[in-house]
Amino acid sequence: METLVGVLNYFVFFSITAGIYAVLTLGLNIQWGYTGLFNIGIAGFYAIGAYTSALLSGPPPGSLDWRVFGGWMLPFPVGLLGSALVSSALALFIGWITIRLREDYLAIATIGIAEVLRLIIKNEAWLTNGVWGIKNIPSPLFPSIQKGIAGLLSSHPGLPDWTRRLLEGGYNWFYLALVLLTLSVLYWLLERILRSPWGRVLRAIREDEVAAAAQGKNVAAFKLQSFVLGAALMGMAGSLYAHYARFLSVEKFEPFYGTFIVWVMLVAGGSGNNKGAILGAFLIWGLWAATDFLTGYLPFTDVQASALRIVLVGVILIAILILQPRGLLGEEKFVSRLLR
Amino acid sequence: MWERLPQLVAYGLVSGSVITLGAIGLSLTYSILRFANFAHGDLMTTGAYIACGFLFLFRSLGILGGRFGKLSFGPAMVPAFLLALVGTALLAILIDRIVYRKLRRARPVMRLMASVGVAFVLRNVILFSAGADPYYYSRKIQRAIYILGVRLKADQLFIIGLAALLVLFLHLFLTYTKVGKAMRAMADNPELAQVTGINTERIIAWTWGIGAALAAAGGILSGIENKLITPELGWQALLPLFAAVILGGIGSPYGAMAGGMLIGMAEEVSTAFVSTAYKPAIAFGILVLMLILRPQGLFGRR
Repeated sequence: METLVGVLNYFVFFSITAGIYAVLTLGLNIQWGYTGLFNIGIAGFYAIGAYTSALLSGPPPGSLDWRVFGGWMLPFPVGLLGSALVSSALALFIGWITIRLREDYLAIATIGIAEVLRLIIKNEAWLTNGVWGIKNIPSPLFPSIQKGIAGLLSSHPGLPDWTRRLLEGGYNWFYLALVLLTLSVLYWLLERILRSPWGRVLRAIREDEVAAAAQGKNVAAFKLQSFVLGAALMGMAGSLYAHYARFLSVEKFEPFYGTFIVWVMLVAGGSGNNKGAILGAFLIWGLWAATDFLTGYLPFTDVQASALRIVLVGVILIAILILQPRGLLGEEKFVSRLLR
Repeated sequence: MWERLPQLVAYGLVSGSVITLGAIGLSLTYSILRFANFAHGDLMTTGAYIACGFLFLFRSLGILGGRFGKLSFGPAMVPAFLLALVGTALLAILIDRIVYRKLRRARPVMRLMASVGVAFVLRNVILFSAGADPYYYSRKIQRAIYILGVRLKADQLFIIGLAALLVLFLHLFLTYTKVGKAMRAMADNPELAQVTGINTERIIAWTWGIGAALAAAGGILSGIENKLITPELGWQALLPLFAAVILGGIGSPYGAMAGGMLIGMAEEVSTAFVSTAYKPAIAFGILVLMLILRPQGLFGRR
């Protein structure tokens, strides 16, 4: 029973992270899977979302902090929406510059903005507290839920040990529900939007830009809208992360964790398919967690073990691109109801 | 502030030389293989580490010791440098055989994505085998030489000279050899090149080899300039490389030279005005400006 509780608690912890990655992967799926926009600066949008949420809904600067700005303790939903808005604004700016140009320019511009944001986070301590990071970001409803659990435990002293341990981890269950709720709402919205005429135009642009333009579609405007929408989701993922981790620092937004693994998730699950995007996020995060256990048995240092795992993820990406470019699920065929 | 300008321009020439070597290779592969190779910076790292490995080997064997005059390195660097160039070139050709060859018919952006994967694999293989701590090419402090009121180290003069020499070799190669002409033909029009009987696979291998060798040279020179190398060396160089290539116009090796020098100068001169922490952002700022004002580059055709 004891180990089962341990496994269950780990599973909740795992699923929260995988769920946040699923939001990122959905965002990338709008941009790449449906519109063919190559964004390899996901970490930048993720980071700006996380820090926006920390500034809006986080604590005011403490006496030992370098930062002098933000920390208004606004409710969590304000932070979540604020992250989406600020991330969208950044996407609007980058998109406005690069969306009319060749696709690889967008890739270079996004990787650049992600790196510049990392420099800003590191160096502008008045805003982000620099390398010391922002601490004590509140998790939504944390005090009331903890109080409720504590009350329950003290009023039922006869509870078996494993039940107590399960209840002590109760807040994570709530946060998991919150993440999954956000994910489901976003999934439902995206399925509706992407099946609408607007979504059809995106796929038309991805397949053949010239043909879409010839149909009278404003290709640049549609691409920009898709890019901004995807970035909004990435910003929200940042907010979800900030309020779960409660601590933000620049290392969390390195290219591997912030960008590369999201790409591998989408490509593995199947780009152009929202179910595939979510599946890929859980699958690759599961693989990542499993290799953490496995490399523990090998005679390597921590640096070597993590390098080896990244090599594995890179090899998986390349293998999928060569052997199974559609990914696991691949894109569903859309046929008119009248032709079926 | 202005009286420091000649000194900063001189430093710009040094870092511009390193960027140029990387940027030329990137521009070559960009125009002939038709994708932005995000693993190019990591080829620089690979070259720097291979050279470092041979330097350590020679040192432990106790051969090729000593120094060249006021330079920080000695005879051991000559074979280490050449072997690193050859090794990196062969590695790039091997990666092409395993990865990119399978994606020749896929859309270019698929090769771009694969190159991001290759970049992470290369960097982490290096991290796995050499560790995260820096390796030192030399720990000696060098005395500066004064030339025309500008303070430079012997190493830095060597870097500028060697980069110029390699660029000259490349120019002669592209202009006068059969392979060089075929490379330019493929950059202009791959189908037409194939129809005229050019063995495109062979030219692709040459392109990878030359691009990777130049990248390796850039990586080693960066190791000589900074005295140390880390697995992040190439990743940190990636933005300046792309900025240089786009500034010069994609597909133009001469543009990449001019772009590399301009980015190097801009980065160094910027330190007089903004915090050095933002040096990498300068290249990006120029890149963004260029994309707004003249996306085809200073010397590009469209």
